[in-house]
Amino acid sequence: MSAREKLQAAAAERILVFDGAFGTQIQNRKLTEEDYAGDLGLKADQKGNNDILALSRPDVIADITRAYLEAGSDVVSTNTFSANSVSQADYAAEDKVRDINVASGKLARELADEYEAKDGRPRFVAGAIGPTNKTLSLSPDVEDPGFREIDFDTLVDVYHEQAAALVEGGVDFILIETIFDTLNAKAGIFAVKRLEAELGRDVPVMLSMTLTDLSGRNLSGHTVEAFWYAVRHANPVTIGLNCSFGAEQLRPHVQLLSDIADTLVLAYPNAGLPNDLGEYDEEPETTASLVRRWAENGRVNILGGCCGSTPDHIAAIAKAVDGLTPRGVPTASSDMRLAGLEPFTIAA
Amino acid sequence: MNDLSTARFVNIGERTNVTGSARFKKLILGDDYTAAVEVARSQVENGAQVIDVNMDEGLLDAVHAMTTFLKLIAAEPDIARVPIMVDSSKWEVIEAGLKCVSGKPIVNSISMKEGEEPFLEQARKCMAYGAAVVVMAFDETGQADTKQRKVEICTRAYDLLTGIGFPPEDIIFDPNIFAVATGIEEHDRYGLDFIEACTEIKAACPHAKTSGGLSNLSFSFRGNETVRRAMHSVFLYHAIPAGLDMAIVNAGQLDVYDQIDPTLREACEDVILMRPVEGDVSATERLIDLAESYKGVSKEDEKKAAEWRGYPVAKRLEHALVKGIDAHVVEDTEEMRAATAEAGGRPIEVIEGPLMDGMNVVGDLFGSGKMFLPQVVKSARVMKKAVAHLIPYIEAEKDLLPEAERKAKGKIIMATVKGDVHDIGKNIVGVVLQCNGYDVVDLGVMVPWSQIIQTAKDEKADIIGLSGLITPSLDEMVTVAEEMANAEMDIPLLIGGATTSKVHTALRIDPKYDGPVIHVLDASRAVGVASRLLSDTQRDEFVGDTADEYEKVRAAREGKSASVLLSIDEARANFYDAFLSDKPAPPDKPGLHVFDDWDLADLREVIDWTPFFRAWELHGNYPAILTDEVVGETATQLKADADAMLDQIIEGKWLTARGVAGLWPCARDGDDVTIHRVNREEHVVLPFLRQQVKKSRDRANMCLADFIDPAGDWIGGFAVGIHGIEEHSARFQADKDDYSDILLKSLADRFAEAFAERLHQHVRTDLWGYAPGEQLTNEALIKEEYRGIRPAPGYPACPDHSLKPILFDLLDAPANVGLTLTESFAMWPTAAVSGFYFGHPESQYFGVARVGRDQLEDYATRRGVDLETAERWLRPNLD
Repeated sequence: MSAREKLQAAAAERILVFDGAFGTQIQNRKLTEEDYAGDLGLKADQKGNNDILALSRPDVIADITRAYLEAGSDVVSTNTFSANSVSQADYAAEDKVRDINVASGKLARELADEYEAKDGRPRFVAGAIGPTNKTLSLSPDVEDPGFREIDFDTLVDVYHEQAAALVEGGVDFILIETIFDTLNAKAGIFAVKRLEAELGRDVPVMLSMTLTDLSGRNLSGHTVEAFWYAVRHANPVTIGLNCSFGAEQLRPHVQLLSDIADTLVLAYPNAGLPNDLGEYDEEPETTASLVRRWAENGRVNILGGCCGSTPDHIAAIAKAVDGLTPRGVPTASSDMRLAGLEPFTIAA
Repeated sequence: MNDLSTARFVNIGERTNVTGSARFKKLILGDDYTAAVEVARSQVENGAQVIDVNMDEGLLDAVHAMTTFLKLIAAEPDIARVPIMVDSSKWEVIEAGLKCVSGKPIVNSISMKEGEEPFLEQARKCMAYGAAVVVMAFDETGQADTKQRKVEICTRAYDLLTGIGFPPEDIIFDPNIFAVATGIEEHDRYGLDFIEACTEIKAACPHAKTSGGLSNLSFSFRGNETVRRAMHSVFLYHAIPAGLDMAIVNAGQLDVYDQIDPTLREACEDVILMRPVEGDVSATERLIDLAESYKGVSKEDEKKAAEWRGYPVAKRLEHALVKGIDAHVVEDTEEMRAATAEAGGRPIEVIEGPLMDGMNVVGDLFGSGKMFLPQVVKSARVMKKAVAHLIPYIEAEKDLLPEAERKAKGKIIMATVKGDVHDIGKNIVGVVLQCNGYDVVDLGVMVPWSQIIQTAKDEKADIIGLSGLITPSLDEMVTVAEEMANAEMDIPLLIGGATTSKVHTALRIDPKYDGPVIHVLDASRAVGVASRLLSDTQRDEFVGDTADEYEKVRAAREGKSASVLLSIDEARANFYDAFLSDKPAPPDKPGLHVFDDWDLADLREVIDWTPFFRAWELHGNYPAILTDEVVGETATQLKADADAMLDQIIEGKWLTARGVAGLWPCARDGDDVTIHRVNREEHVVLPFLRQQVKKSRDRANMCLADFIDPAGDWIGGFAVGIHGIEEHSARFQADKDDYSDILLKSLADRFAEAFAERLHQHVRTDLWGYAPGEQLTNEALIKEEYRGIRPAPGYPACPDHSLKPILFDLLDAPANVGLTLTESFAMWPTAAVSGFYFGHPESQYFGVARVGRDQLEDYATRRGVDLETAERWLRPNLD
């Protein structure tokens, strides 16, 4: 059975649990520059380069991943959100991209396999790919709206390098997450399709959009529906939303996606909204009770946490959704579904 | 036909097609993309649900034109909301276009013209880019003209596509609309064949769609809009029920079927549907005859599209800002300015009035989620163009004002703090501020506090604005505030960004910095805040109110806020623990070294020119200032005059550079450094001040004494002065040549600074000799990229000017250099610098900032003065 089928089979049985945040977990460990830099001999300061820890402090990443598996995660993600050559350039670590991703993939793979061997419950690894800090759809220069900091082909190469290394490390899926620019995601999908052609096999993608305002658009201006239509060709194994806001605010958008997406829905919101001091302080039980409502209403297949969420949140979510019926995947519409920033459908 | 917005039938805008619109072609060929974008906007406003973009024109670089245009309309939310049809007969143009279009576009078109393989290859690419596709009814033998060929080719293509997994609902067939009423008999069936083919194709190819390019149909009637519109409407009226799903059509130029003149309507139907006609005149001939009477009918729709152009000018400006249309903004702004001037108003009122009103509307819409980011950025650009037009008028008006009223615009440093790369919000605030006449220096992202502070100083900024999105940036903002405090700055600090808040600002940032700290909720508030902070009349009240408000926030959080100052004992316990075994070796040449006449030509080499220009109120860094857009010309002229005078000074030996440096054994004793001089019984005590502001994390509460080993060490001192100004100054004044007088004085200051730098270098490499091999470029020297520091009394690290008498005594400065001190410790002659030398590699500049009563009392005891005197000396560092 392929990883895609295995996930679909497991998701048909019950609501699956994703993992939670790496960033806040790492931040809590108060690592020093030495921890980050290790003996990699990189030219720039590495403090804050969370992804490099796969090479310099793999034990930290393993601890966090293990904590999520202990908490009940069925799917764990790699700590590779910024492990692409665009983002790593800020740390002069572009030539570590492959190493970081391979190492991160292996690390998560081994732990997932270890837990699967223990209890026989299938565990999955999602190789996480962030949006990079460049956008294909917006100009950073007000005077020159036609300007772009990066072009499609370059970004495809960037994503391809990361995706190939993650697959080499043993991940089951490529998770293109926190999608603030739909065109960036389309470049990511293009890169994975190229990788599939090279490998001669299916590399299933998971796609997760992030909203920048409560009206339900991402930074490039796409509504949730428009986004789904724009990326549907990826045949993603999951589609969903992450980060954005807390579960409370994300609810209507998850519901919308759930109604139209003919694939599994994965949602991992932040642990509430940051408080006045920029900290996430939503209690695990609060988050869990909010997402439980989605599960009860048959809106989701996989649930997890983003910024501010902890193994406690994941454990609380796992407990809250235990035994609930998972969302049934609707049949695909045969309408022509186009999109600008807004969806446009032509009846079949 | 009136309601074309339902998704049962789709009209695709064709005005952004160079092959379909002569006007659009002219705009693109003329590189007028601004107007070209407006064409797209009017298409959408007129109801186009998809817009077709085609740049197939021999004179154009079609790839460049396609990508340029698509990127531009991507920045227009009210255009980009609809899907794009990327239209070209060249695959490379289509592919380049697909790389610029987010959402799900339509490719127009691919076909089997070159055979099956290229067709399927292109189809696979469309799948990878996530595009629907128009398939032309075209095969290896040519374009399908008859109904039978149309159906045959389309079904073959359908089978091939679905065979490779192409989603059938993403396929649109274009069975070719050809011109009718051409006078050629074989063409008469074209309309009807198309309509009938649609029905059959839809039946044979489940979920697939049909489309056509409508303008071909009426090609014979070019120039006669009335007839063409009638033909198009009639054609659609019959083709849609037959299965046509979409058509490329000028959405603004369709008539309502029922409202077409019945005679014309019937004539069109006869032609399109090949209805038999009575008499010996053919349907075509009848329509041609009829067409004559419809020539030259006014284009009502075009007027409608430009309706807003008829609004009053203020309303037009608002409309342009809200819609982000910059096509007419200069003429509208000029009209507004002229009208304002007529009414006795000033050009600035155009900004403060209608333009700001428009931006406020934008701000409100943005704030309430009715507009989103790209639109705001677009609006800001319109604003900028309007402001740019007004600036010469505003400047001209300033020249007429008395000097006192010629106020420099406020300068605001903007930065996203270190560790954060998010800058969209910051850029918007920057743009909005610029639009309102503020001079914004944007340092970009990942900006360390040192750069922020240095730039603020170099640029003489009026305000610093910090931005950040991620939570760790909050800490960094606190650091910046602390460092601003250490640097003894007092300009307002604005805090903004998604995770910032009034509470955090009040609790964590405001207490670290004595200047005003204001949390700015969003870009729309930035202007109000900045204008109040820089207003003579409103500033105090605003700062006071904000401080009260933050105090209330803190009071509400009572018990949670830490005290700002450590006790002096705590501060001393948190001293800077320098690695003392790294201390420099004893000097090669201890004692006093006097230099009676340092070579001015040598000093000229190390002059730091940036402060020179600043002294002349020309702001900018040397040498960039010489090519500065605004002051470049003036700066270049000034530099030439300065060089000429330097030649004279050096040749004519106008000035004398005198200096003294001393190196003495010493030891740290608490916060004092005790100097032991050879052959002198009494010790000299240098009492230094210690930082008491509570530091975050591991940062020490520093004191200069921390860089000295209690077990024995060395310290230095120096004083330099430039003599000889008076004679020449008097001469210039007698000549009423103020320019030369000021030039001379400002050059003397530069010589003093250059001498201090050069002497320090001489001390490092020779007298003390701890860095004998030091090789520094001039630039590095000016940036002080060397080991050791030379803090001056009265500057942040030892803020007490009253140390100067002790230093002067040690150096015997009056005798050795001819320098004296005024009663308030100012040096005379004024072109002078004095300070201490610290040679420890970890020694560094810092600001003592605020000290507590306990340190004040302790300091008074150490100095042996009464509390009142000590209080006077340390006033700037007390509460």
